Order: sequence, then C-alpha cells, then structure tokens
Amino acid sequence: MVVGASHAGAQLAASLRQGGWKGEIVLVGDEGTLPYQRPPMSKAYLAGKNTLDQLAIRSAAFYAKQEITLLDDSVQAVDRTDGRVTLSRGGSLAYDELALCTGARVRRLAAPGADLCGVHYLRTAADVELIREAASPGRRAVIIGGGYIGLETAASLSGLGLQVSVLEATERVLGRVTAPEVSAFFDRIHREEAVDVRTKATVEELVGTDRVQGVVLAGGETVPADLVIIGIGVEPNTELAAAAGLQVDDGVVIDDHARTSDPAIVAAGDCTSHLMTRYGRRIRLESVSSATEQAKVAAATACGKSQRITALPWFWSDQYDVKLQIAGINTGYDEIVLNGDPAEGRDFTCYYLRRGELIAADCVNRPRDFMFSKQVIIRGGQVGRDELALQAVG
Amino acid sequence: MAVVTFVSHDGDTHQAPLEEGRSLMQVATENAVPGIDGDCGGEAACGTCHVVVDPAWAERVGSSEAGEEGMLAMNPEREPTSRLSCQMVLCEAWDGLTVRLPEFQM
Ligand SMILES: Cc1cc2nc3c(=O)[nH]c(=O)nc-3n(C[C@H](O)[C@H](O)[C@H](O)COP(=O)(O)OP(=O)(O)OC[C@H]3O[C@@H](n4cnc5c(N)ncnc54)[C@H](O)[C@@H]3O)c2cc1C
Ligand code: FES
Repeated sequence: MVVGASHAGAQLAASLRQGGWKGEIVLVGDEGTLPYQRPPMSKAYLAGKNTLDQLAIRSAAFYAKQEITLLDDSVQAVDRTDGRVTLSRGGSLAYDELALCTGARVRRLAAPGADLCGVHYLRTAADVELIREAASPGRRAVIIGGGYIGLETAASLSGLGLQVSVLEATERVLGRVTAPEVSAFFDRIHREEAVDVRTKATVEELVGTDRVQGVVLAGGETVPADLVIIGIGVEPNTELAAAAGLQVDDGVVIDDHARTSDPAIVAAGDCTSHLMTRYGRRIRLESVSSATEQAKVAAATACGKSQRITALPWFWSDQYDVKLQIAGINTGYDEIVLNGDPAEGRDFTCYYLRRGELIAADCVNRPRDFMFSKQVIIRGGQVGRDELALQAVG
Repeated sequence: MAVVTFVSHDGDTHQAPLEEGRSLMQVATENAVPGIDGDCGGEAACGTCHVVVDPAWAERVGSSEAGEEGMLAMNPEREPTSRLSCQMVLCEAWDGLTVRLPEFQM
C-alpha cells in the first residue's frame, strides 16, 4: 500500500514491481488525476505549453499492465497494530508493507485578506488551472515570495502577457539558497523581462472588496493586483505519520534504507527527513531527484533487498531562456569561484567551496559545468580553483 | 507493429512498441525498460536517459543539439552516437531502431 500518488509514490509502485513484489500494489492518491510531473506546474504547464496528459509520469495503461491499482481516496489514519489504513470515503484496507509518500503542502500566508477571492497558491494541477483562468493578458499579477517557485511563476505569467510584480521580504531573491551574485543575476534578468522585483517588501495585508485589488506593504504602499500568487514555501504532510506514532522531526524520519521508525513502514519524498552522511545532518529535501531515489530505495527495502540513499542532491529551474541546474547543497560554503560573469549575459557558473573543496554549483545555461560539478563533488570535491575558473565554457 | 529495441550493457534486449510523437525516454519508462531513469521528466536537465544509438541509425536520428551535447560531454560512458533519449521524438520511420544503454546513468 502506497499513500500519496505523485513523484515518490508513482516511482515506488513501479519499482516494487520491477524489484519483484508479487503481491497486490495499491497506490492511493487524493488529487483525482494520474500521477503527474509537478515541476512544470510553475513552468511549461502554467505557460500553457503542455497538457496534463502529456505530463503523466506513467500512462493509465502502464499501471494496468503492472497490476498497480490506483485508488482515488485519501488515507485518514494508519493502525499499525492491525496493519490497516482507514480511507476517507469509508472502509479500511489491510497492508503488509506501507509506504508513506504524502509529500508537502503550501505554507499559508498569515496576513489579513489572504483568503480573498483571486488569491492563489501553486502546488497542484488544480491550482494552476485556477490561475490560468484568471491570467488574461494585461492583468496585474503580484507574486508574494522570491524563491524558485515565485520566480518561475513570474517568468511564466510575464510570458502570458501579464504585468508581474514579485514581492520578496528579505533583501534579495533566492536569498536562502544562493550566493548574492546569483541572486543579483536573477534580479537582473527579471527586470530585463519587465518584471517589477521588489525586495525588503513585507506584506501587511491584502485588500479588496469581493476580489483582491491590492497588496499593502509595510510602510503603507499598495501594489495594485488583479490576482495574487503566494509562494512562501511548503510544509511536509507528516500528520498521518505523527498520529500513528512514527518518529517525525520536520519530516518523517527515515534511515539510509528509507525505513521509518516502524520496520514495516517505508517513506519517500518531500515528506521525509533523512540523516545524510555527506552533510552530517538531517535534511528534508524538496526535489524530484531525491523523491525518485528515495522511492527506489524504499521499494528495494520493501522487497527485502538492501539499497542505500546516496545520490548527490540536485535541482533545476527554468525561467525565460535561462536554465539553472544546481548540483549539491551549498550550506556552509566559505568561498565562491565564478566562471563567467553573472552581471552580464545569461550564462555562468557559481561554484561553492568549503575548506577548498567543491560542495555545490549553480550552473546557468551551462549543462557541461553541471555534469562536471556533479562528478567532482561525488568524488569528494577535490579540485583546483584554477580548474574551476578555467573549465571549458559550455 | 513498429518497435524500438534497447540493449542493456550486458546484452539483454528489451523491445517496446514505437509510439509516434513520444520521446524514446517515455517509451522506455512506459515499458519498464531497466537502465533508463528519466528523472527530470524529459527536460534535458538530468542526463539519466543516456543511450548510444546504433551507428547504422545515427544519421537518420540526427545528432544532439547544444544543450543536450553539454549534458553528454562530461559523461565517462559517452560515445560518438550518444544521445539523451528524452530529446529523441519518435517517428514511424524509426521502426527497428536499436540503442545501447550505458552501464550507469548519472
Ligand atoms: C511549482 C513547483 C515547481 C517545482 N519545480 C521543481 C523543479 O524544477 N525541480 C525539482 O527537482 N523539484 C521541483 N519541485 C519540487 C517537486 O515537485 C517535489 O519535490 C516532488 O513533487 C515531491 O514528490 P512527492 O511525491 O514526495 O510529494 P508531492 O508531489 O507533494 O505529492 C504528494 C501526494 O500525496 C498526496 N497525499 C498527501 N496525503 C495523502 C493522504 N493522506 N492520502 C492520499 N494522498 C495523499 C498529495 O495530494 C500529493 O498528490 C517543484 C514543486 C512545485 C510545487
Ligand atoms: S530525462 Fe532528464 S535528461 Fe532526459
């Protein structure tokens, strides 16, 4: 039984079959769709460049052929003593192995007016459909939050012909995840694309009569808005695990084999927190690559095989003609080396080092640097600064 | 029925029906072909859908474009006819196409 039908759940179910699981496989999901790719929600799908069918992770025929039952329902509770889950449409199902792939949900903005009509969040296909209905050319969209999702949304909506503003509370966009030079680069390209980026912009309240009409900032200024999209991060869906008495620490705690504190339950994806040897601490990653890897390991574990979660985390983002690929996690860096100039043009790489070793790289339109960095970091990060600065461009 | 064939690094073959308009990566994952991950969903961002096109087919399927080439350039298992299968959109004329899979996707 797999709870949550998205990147982690779909991969886990498929890997169970590939790994030789002979019994029934039930994949329970509550979005009412086939599991679909989530990253395009703020990118190509929001921009209207593809349909949900094209984004299905696997087709309906695949699940039928692999004898994976898709159940459109939501799991309300897990009874570990009896090995059963309760479903919200009534009834319960028994399991031998349970996999929790419940993912994450958007963090709500705690400001007055955040529940007005015309205020959106962006996580699911249903969210995007509502935004697309409201996103007619010429309208004013205000995006709250200058993280990856906020910036991607800005790029997609500006491509649809809307007037877009981004409000970031801290002093720079992407402040939590990149070096100031990289933040400055994204700030510049959004401005070049006529997006109004405002930093140190704290939202006081959202105002409007029936529908939202503006966002009031600390200091009193009101930014006019026909629609507002809030992208201020996510929270893991851990309530089910916590209520069942599993260990939760930010995410559902898993070991290197994707096992939770109960040996009959595995977990994978955005809902998990994993002690990563590479970083020496517990980390809850929010990325497709990690959801997929954890799911493969969890499936192996459920099939009685032994695999470990070891892959280097990586991530990507598309905005306009800019493709950013990120290898590794830069936390704790003490030095950066730039190859190319973030202040000009649209391609460069920012390498992050700690005590002289490469730990991460932000590669902007530089797929070659990305693959190079991945390999160097996996080998332990030993690399000469000159090699980074001189690495062939591409 | 038109088919494409995947040969694993140790010689196992997997055939899959050719579906015009879908990418070779999609056809591989749909048919549970081991050795192709397709982690980024076809964005040419991950490099886990690397295949080596049978040289007899290389000209017909064409070579990689710039972004794809960058992803392949650093790959230790790279060969002259390497491609990212997510960037190869299938057409009927490719009936019988054979590709080899590298030992590791990275
Ligand atoms: C707009 C956007 C853009 C992104 N872009 C990128 C990107 O470019 N690159 C990248 O690597 N990552 C990106 N991510 C992150 C990536 O999408 C997530 O890391 C990934 O979706 C995690 O997969 P998951 O299966 O763990 O969780 P989720 O995708 O959150 O799926 C969990 C599923 O479980 C369901 N569920 C939860 N509880 C229950 C229950 N009790 N019963 C039944 N069903 C339940 C939920 O409804 C949901 O369908 C992006 C995310 C968003 C929102
Ligand atoms: S699927 Fe990621 S590069 Fe092809």
